[in-house]
Amino acid sequence: MNLKPETLEKIDGVITHYPVKRSAALPLLHLVQEDQGFIAPEAIEWIAEKLELQPVNVYELVTFYPMFRQQPIGRRHIKVCRTLSCALVGGFQVCEEMRKQFDCALGATSADGEVTIEFVECLASCGTGPVVMIDDELHEKVHVARARELAAQIRAVAAAEGRA
Amino acid sequence: MPHPAERRLVFEHLDEPGYTPDLPCYLRYGGYEALRKSVQRQPAELVDEVKRSGLRGRGGAGFPCGVKWTLLDRRSGKPVYLIVNADESEPGTFKDRYIIHQDPHQLIEGIMITCWANQVHQAYIYIRGEFPHGARLLEQAIAEARAAGFVGPDVLGTGYSCEIFVHRGAGAYICGEETGLIESLEGKRPYPRIKPPYFPAVLGLYQCPTIVNNVETLCHVKHIAAMGGEAFARIGTLNNTGTRLLCVSGHVQHPGYFEVESGKVTLGRLLNEICGGPRPGRQFKAVIPGGSSSKILRFGERFKIKQPNGSMVEWGVEDIPMDFDSLASCGSMGGSGGVIVMDDSVDIVAALANLNAFYAHESCGQCTPCREGSLWMKKITARMVHGDARPQDGELLKSVADQIAGRTICPFGEACAWPTQSFVLKFAGEFAGYAEIGKQPKAADHVQIV
Ligand SMILES: Cc1cc2nc3c(=O)[nH]c(=O)nc-3n(C[C@H](O)[C@H](O)[C@H](O)COP(=O)(O)O)c2cc1C
Ligand code: SF4
Ligand code: FES
Repeated sequence: MNLKPETLEKIDGVITHYPVKRSAALPLLHLVQEDQGFIAPEAIEWIAEKLELQPVNVYELVTFYPMFRQQPIGRRHIKVCRTLSCALVGGFQVCEEMRKQFDCALGATSADGEVTIEFVECLASCGTGPVVMIDDELHEKVHVARARELAAQIRAVAAAEGRA
Repeated sequence: MPHPAERRLVFEHLDEPGYTPDLPCYLRYGGYEALRKSVQRQPAELVDEVKRSGLRGRGGAGFPCGVKWTLLDRRSGKPVYLIVNADESEPGTFKDRYIIHQDPHQLIEGIMITCWANQVHQAYIYIRGEFPHGARLLEQAIAEARAAGFVGPDVLGTGYSCEIFVHRGAGAYICGEETGLIESLEGKRPYPRIKPPYFPAVLGLYQCPTIVNNVETLCHVKHIAAMGGEAFARIGTLNNTGTRLLCVSGHVQHPGYFEVESGKVTLGRLLNEICGGPRPGRQFKAVIPGGSSSKILRFGERFKIKQPNGSMVEWGVEDIPMDFDSLASCGSMGGSGGVIVMDDSVDIVAALANLNAFYAHESCGQCTPCREGSLWMKKITARMVHGDARPQDGELLKSVADQIAGRTICPFGEACAWPTQSFVLKFAGEFAGYAEIGKQPKAADHVQIV
């Protein structure tokens, strides 16, 4: 495990927030995932040791909580809300458009590794649907035309960074 | 701009130009004065104040807040924890989001007053993982409040100490259920606990007495401390006091968030006046009034209701006052305040299929009726929508739902059964005729929702 010094510092800080170390499991998984991009088997063992747990105690969290993943994903993570309020105003069309824009299957990563596209459940912004989260950023009222713009922005960033 | 029919307390400064989430701004608007006043009073007086206010929890169940606080087991001598439920995971609900992102100090002041009133020294804010900015904003706000002496080892020079930490969830709906939340905060899978014996007030976080309150509830506590319980109780109606945050989504002209006096605005006024009515050329068909788990109401149905004073009234959907008791008397609930509106363009079986997919995804899997039943309901409605509907599917759905509700560890069982039970009951014709209806050619503006 090669964690950045900032990550290690945050990890040692957050463990002190709880009278019982195990409580820091979710915060540690978030920190490690932000640092590494995903949760590898070594990460599970490392966290377990850090919190004086068995690896299975950490593994069962990674497999339960939807936000944790055991494989790397695309450079950008596109999450389209699937739930009723967004669906009523066109969420499924937005998801379809995003998939077409990147020629990417739902729940998969595009061939160039640029994006991973997923449906997620309600993002608690139902009044401004359809909503899409791209990495940590929430985008509201994303209809099909806006989805195309967002896709163009992602491609522009990729081009600027030398990936066409 | 708030609509004239609104009465804003918690949302008073929302979207106000120049109102920012930092401490100097909050102080300019009189922030932390209620906390200053509160720490000069006896904790028990504040608990009484909240009892007198009649405040009912805004997370879903509407349990009286002051009563919840007095249920804490003090005899054990163990520390008492406060957990702020900022999981906001019930579909259709998005009020806490705006408090957290635009007015985090209001929440922190409510937390600190609650902690003082209950002599809590450690509070955790459990915030859903999908609010990364919200979590950072809260952390910043706590740091500011701590530096200014409103939180920390010596609150406002009284010698009283109290810390608040932010804890992020990771995308599971069941973490909103209070005992699932506690398990999650302990670093485990969020499997809800059996009550009894695991009532949070007795055996909560780390088996210590614990208060779990919703974000909005705690903001109301701040206003109760500021204005007094009796003044708060004069807002709204008897047994449904104060204001209520309502979140409207789906098929209205102006969806959004609103704050109204409980019971003083009808569902019809909310949708037609405040939200601008249905989209052009459309009519309302159905509304889910209190988050996705609450039972659906069909426009056109009538309710004969016995009022608390014994008299009878007859209401249409539009006439129902927006408060816990009125919605309950019509067979649904106020729940989390999430109002999801569907117009006559909606295929009602498809709408249920969408919700069933949510519940099947979110069941924690501990109880067989919930784990298997939610999956079966999803499979049946998906099959119907995908062209293989059978005339008896409505009955089949009902029988699955009826075998979940009341037979599970946590109220998710009811939460996933109620949509199916109420959709099938109120739209029986559409379910029965779906083998034909579902195959009819779709209108040009048909929106796919499954
Ligand atoms: C399946 C399920 C999901 C829930 N989700 C939430 C939620 O996201 N936010 C919330 O405040 N309460 C939620 N609740 C209600 C909590 O269990 C609890 O009653 C509430 O946080 C108590 O706070 P209050 O008394 O201030 O309302 C949920 C309940 C159930 C059964
Ligand atoms: S009712 Fe469902 S969500 Fe609740 S404990 Fe049982 S399986 Fe889990
Ligand atoms: S349904 Fe999409 S944010 Fe709630």
